[in-house]
Amino acid sequence: MWDNFWSRSWTVLTENSSFLWDALQNTLIITFAGFALGLVIGTILAIINANPSKGIFSRIAKGFAWTYILILRGTPIVVQMLILFFVFLGPQGVEALNVAILAFGLNSGARSAEILRGAIGSIDKGQLEAGRALGFSNFRTMQKVVLPQAYKNAIPALGNEIIALLLATSVVGFITVIDITRGMQLIVARTFDVLVPYMLLAFIYLVLVYILTLVLKFFEKVVFKHGK
Amino acid sequence: MENNVIEVKNLVKKFGKLTVLDDVCIDVKKGEVIAIIGSSGSGKSTLIRCMNGLETSTSGDVLFNGELLTKGNINKKRQKIGFVFQSFNLFPNMNVLKNVTVAPKTHGKFQFPFTQKWKKAKQELNEKALEMLEKFGLGDKAKENPNNLSGGQKQRVAIVRALMSDPEIMLFDEPTSALDPEMVKEVLDAIKSLADKGMTMVIVTHEMKFAKSVADKIIYIDKGKIIESGTPEQIFNNPQCERLKEFLSKILD
Ligand SMILES: Nc1ncnc2c1ncn2[C@@H]1O[C@H](COP(=O)(O)OP(=O)(O)OP(=O)(O)O)[C@@H](O)[C@H]1O
Ligand SMILES: [Mg+2]
Repeated sequence: MWDNFWSRSWTVLTENSSFLWDALQNTLIITFAGFALGLVIGTILAIINANPSKGIFSRIAKGFAWTYILILRGTPIVVQMLILFFVFLGPQGVEALNVAILAFGLNSGARSAEILRGAIGSIDKGQLEAGRALGFSNFRTMQKVVLPQAYKNAIPALGNEIIALLLATSVVGFITVIDITRGMQLIVARTFDVLVPYMLLAFIYLVLVYILTLVLKFFEKVVFKHGK
Repeated sequence: MENNVIEVKNLVKKFGKLTVLDDVCIDVKKGEVIAIIGSSGSGKSTLIRCMNGLETSTSGDVLFNGELLTKGNINKKRQKIGFVFQSFNLFPNMNVLKNVTVAPKTHGKFQFPFTQKWKKAKQELNEKALEMLEKFGLGDKAKENPNNLSGGQKQRVAIVRALMSDPEIMLFDEPTSALDPEMVKEVLDAIKSLADKGMTMVIVTHEMKFAKSVADKIIYIDKGKIIESGTPEQIFNNPQCERLKEFLSKILD
């Protein structure tokens, strides 16, 4: 079974290079676009949750945010994706790749919201008061003072989120997207060789995560170099 | 009264069942410097924070230039009420120059970025800020991150930040309490220079000598009530009530 493992690996890679390259791109697109969308959603939810106002709009918005986070964190991403694709968007003709991005964005948004909520909570209350004392609205204070500091504090956790997201995208094959996992599955089906494609697949994820970790480390270093 | 910058009328503040301020009345006249003294927990911070709406009163009013402070107008009014915190609260995500210009820049007339007008407005603001920083001995710190400054420098930056919006009154909550002893003087001198220019000010302080030299009026507050108020002369040389006498004897030696 392990005979000629390296040469067989090389053959699989070279013979399917353009196919695998497209699949890899899909994996990366869903990861990064999903993360970006999630960050936007997470920021909005975190701002809603951090608003000290007890007004009716604020309460309704908080109720919405709470429900959103409960549902999105309380059900598997695969199930969310299946429902989104097969029940809602697929029948409307929305492309599977876009549905995958949306599903992972919505899902990541709930986790990013929690990460940012924690980061905002760790900012000294005096910062908010100083902003308000200068005449900034609550929103302006968030935008100018609290969020920039919160994002910075949240960088390590958000980095973990990207990595978790990358690995989680391996299920998009369920809705017909050909990512790197689905791609290797198709090669297995074609060649009846189970070992090589799946080992390669694991190795590719490992390399991607390793590269991401290095990039994030570098990014943290640059960002945290200034001040404290 | 037309001459009053801030009027505090029958202010009551409760935290739950605890009454922290009990029927407090204060008029701050234009150009007047008021020092608030009293022991720890007497409600001084709560009182001065009510003056710019950082705390909302349980009952009673705070008026700024004769107008009631309300939720609707507070952001506008605060631009003219400078507030300096005990713990500085500078923004570590901006350098010193950005710290002191962020408020006037945000509150100023909107200009489309990178237009001539935008550049001009920005330049004027930066020049004003640099001039002001220079005046407070911080000319070489403009590009510094606030985390890299000493406590005294931080507090002077905080004062400049408040001054950049051309406030009509400055409120200080124990501006020197978080400072190492050798840095107290530089901050007190900065505040004194404002008093000399006729700035209206309310200062919560434990620095009795400073209060004596800079204030026109001293208010002694205990357990949320104004117990005695008067000129520094009256308060320090001729205190009337026992509690004030006791407080002074404790704090003066
Ligand atoms: N947010 C709050 N919630 C509950 N109690 C509070 C709150 N803020 C202040 N207090 C209480 O109100 C009282 C007065 O507090 P305040 O900070 O105004 O005193 P202070 O005179 O400024 O004291 P210090 O000299 O120590 O700064 C204290 O008993 C304090 O515990
Ligand atoms: Mg206090």
